[in-house]
Amino acid sequence: MSAAPRRLANDFDTTAARERCYRLRRRILDVSQHVSALHVAPAFSCMEIVDCIYHGLMRKDESGAYLDTFLMSKGHGCMTQYAILESHGTLPRSALDEYCTKDGLLGAHPDYGTPGIAASTGSLGHGLGMAVGMAVAERNAAKAKGRPVPTIYTVLSDGEVQEGSTWEAVMMASTLGVDNLVAVVDNNDFQSLGRTSETHPSFYPLVEKFQAFGWETVEVNGHDAGAVFRAVTARKGAGKPFMTVAKTVKGRGVKYMESVPIWHYRAPNPAEYKQALEILEKVQS
Amino acid sequence: MRNKFAEALYRLSRSDPRIHIVVADISPAGPMNEFRKEFPERFINVGVAEQSMIGICAGLALKGMLPFAYTIATFALYRPFEMVRDDLCYQNLPVTVVGIGGGVIYSTLGGTHYAQEDITIAGAIPNMSILAPCDPAEATAATEYLVGADRKGPCYLRFGKAGEPDITKDAIEPFRFGKLRYLRRGRDVAILSYGVTMGLAVKAAAALADKGKSVSVIGCPTVKPLDREGVIEVLRSHPRVVVAEENAPRGGLASEVKSVAWDIQARCALQTITLKDEFVHCYGSHEDLLAAHGLSVPAIVAAAGG
Ligand SMILES: Cc1ncc(C[n+]2csc(CCOP(=O)(O)OP(=O)(O)O)c2C)c(N)n1
Ligand SMILES: [Mg+2]
Repeated sequence: MSAAPRRLANDFDTTAARERCYRLRRRILDVSQHVSALHVAPAFSCMEIVDCIYHGLMRKDESGAYLDTFLMSKGHGCMTQYAILESHGTLPRSALDEYCTKDGLLGAHPDYGTPGIAASTGSLGHGLGMAVGMAVAERNAAKAKGRPVPTIYTVLSDGEVQEGSTWEAVMMASTLGVDNLVAVVDNNDFQSLGRTSETHPSFYPLVEKFQAFGWETVEVNGHDAGAVFRAVTARKGAGKPFMTVAKTVKGRGVKYMESVPIWHYRAPNPAEYKQALEILEKVQS
Repeated sequence: MRNKFAEALYRLSRSDPRIHIVVADISPAGPMNEFRKEFPERFINVGVAEQSMIGICAGLALKGMLPFAYTIATFALYRPFEMVRDDLCYQNLPVTVVGIGGGVIYSTLGGTHYAQEDITIAGAIPNMSILAPCDPAEATAATEYLVGADRKGPCYLRFGKAGEPDITKDAIEPFRFGKLRYLRRGRDVAILSYGVTMGLAVKAAAALADKGKSVSVIGCPTVKPLDREGVIEVLRSHPRVVVAEENAPRGGLASEVKSVAWDIQARCALQTITLKDEFVHCYGSHEDLLAAHGLSVPAIVAAAGG
């Protein structure tokens, strides 16, 4: 029943992660200069989380292909995923250079069929249901073949945790006991119209809600990739899905974008871009 | 268009306390912020929770209010579909579901944001009417109708984005709910359309006029209920009719006009250009997306025999 053996917690090099996340943020800023708008702040918010999933948590088979699956439930955060897939060579450089253009491969949300993309998302509240389905499929297929059970990783936004469909999937995941499902909520406390805590004061406490629905749940600093790694690798599994409530800052890395709503969907102008490069941080935690 | 809508709604809501605006975590269009400030108790943001947006609108309407649900078209209509059908349409409540970005206008956001069959879906439900204004002035007129005494039952109000050009300034007829609207009248060919696509119709008409054709440009802002008598008149008075529609090929204006044409055994040549019954995986400008579906000014001109 339980998921495949995990790696040791000291497998993940946080210094390398910090350098990678810096380069990935830089690449996203570069892409922002060819388009009129893109989701910068949502991408920066989940940067360390997605980096940790790809470079620390997801296992590969002998051929080098990923055994585990990553599904970007908050589809509008996909610039992070695109930049990582580009760094792996899964996406050609031209794909990001031609982002959102007529002859390009990539649009503003992940599209199933694109290399490295597990599902089409962009409408919030779909990802967790699909992730539960994938987790069951992997569990059943692995059992039939007598192989280790692949894990499904998914990242949700706190906004999408307001969708009823998310809670239907939360309940179902624990009913099905999919302990090969690891979800992360990118809890930046911001959504389109303002602060999450102001939109829905009763949104919190969040950890207790997931626990009440039968999930093993922890809260971590979502910009500390090492902390995310340790939290997920230390999970008990034991028949329960795993939820990481990751405390983040929307727009993290470029001071003037941090927790400023307009950067949800806007490209910096040339002067702002120049300034962003100057002040771009190597995020510590 | 959405700014004019919000402006009209704000103006009307000063004297009509029934007006409520319910949004689902979407930035309010400019003047809606004024509404929010002045009537905080009549502005509700449900967060990212469209099903409750529609349910709450239904509850407001059941108790005598006049609610407007407001978000991106796919999330306004598709996510809470059964709430729209049962709560609004089955109970025949005067709720307006405002869909921003109807059709494929969010042309860089991909398939999950393309409302390419919204008209078909809204139109399939009994009691639902559909208004799709083509420019800011028509959006104002449609909003005034929706708040006025003649309005009954649920309505899907389909918008583009913001910044559409004025194209009805010199129209020879005003907006009237349930009626076709001639922008100009000609003899050789009629182009029938609605919403943002009217801009293509106007351009095509100009190109045809340059080639010496006498062209009618006719808006159909009330997509449902269809002005059947008006359509019959169009089919009988023009040797050639083109319908240009930013919606799936079935269940919209194009297929309705064809069925009317059959019913009356119309003699005119009739061509329809719609979106494809296909998910087109492509991005770019709105025009790029429409062209990928086969809908463009040259296509309309060609269909009109130009
Ligand atoms: C079902 C649905 N409703 C609305 C939207 C429009 N939308 C895009 S992002 C967003 C909210 C952004 O806040 P959050 O979900 O918390 O994401 P993050 O802060 O990580 O950017 C909304 C409402 C959507 N994509 N899907
Ligand atoms: Mg958020």
